[in-house]
Amino acid sequence: MEAAAFWFAAPLAVAGALGIVLQRNPFYSVLALVVHLIALAVLFLLLRAEFLAAAQVIVYAGAVMVLYVFVVAYVGGLEDPLTEPSPALRALAVVFCVALLAELSVAIAGSGLKALDTHGPELEAGFGSPAQIGELFLTRFLIAFELVSLLLLIAAVSAVVLARREHEQPAASPQADSRVADRTG
Amino acid sequence: MDIVWYLVLSALIFSIGAVGVLTRRSPLVVLICLELMLNAGNLALVAFARMTGTADGQIFALIVMIVAAAEVVVGLGLIVAMYRNRVPMDVDELSELRG
Repeated sequence: MEAAAFWFAAPLAVAGALGIVLQRNPFYSVLALVVHLIALAVLFLLLRAEFLAAAQVIVYAGAVMVLYVFVVAYVGGLEDPLTEPSPALRALAVVFCVALLAELSVAIAGSGLKALDTHGPELEAGFGSPAQIGELFLTRFLIAFELVSLLLLIAAVSAVVLARREHEQPAASPQADSRVADRTG
Repeated sequence: MDIVWYLVLSALIFSIGAVGVLTRRSPLVVLICLELMLNAGNLALVAFARMTGTADGQIFALIVMIVAAAEVVVGLGLIVAMYRNRVPMDVDELSELRG
């Protein structure tokens, strides 16, 4: 059962990834990313990460994808590569990435971790549940939790600053900086 | 399924994402491919969490997801600002983003 689910979700994830890279139209790339993310959520469930799978579907496939679709619709699906990159460079990139894959595979095979060829240890019932994740976040990973919330605040403010409609040409940095600080702070 | 399959899958997705970052020219698609690479890292983290039987790896993966969300927000904000200022949407033309 678990193997069947894996062999269903893993090719789907790879197909989604290939779709992102090979589609000319960015809109189709975004849709392929949704397929990829949902397949990854299935894999997370197989790895007993229930909360992470739910967060993946809600945060990524929900919120982030809507943002992508909006921006693609706003900017327009202008993929047409203005100048086709030289085929030699493209081939070089593919060769580089095949080498990267080979290197990663060698690293996995050569890591010598005995547990790699097992299903992992038996786990208690609450593993990966929201309760366990929440408890870890508020005890051992409290500092990371607080830093991440600060990061989200900075990202939200910076998005507002970046996407603001400029009526005048942006002035040289000192005034512009103080103006931004006044508005946001 | 053995843990090693998840790691191989993660390496494969990471490499596909790297191909996309290196070959695509639209900054939007480059951002999506970055997302792909981050997700491959997430899959490896969750697989290692399963392997060790502790949830620490899942916490790492969750934080990577949040960092990716922040990156997307800033990246898409930049793309919208570029579009408004009529900067060509081509990563080769973006080598000098000044003023």
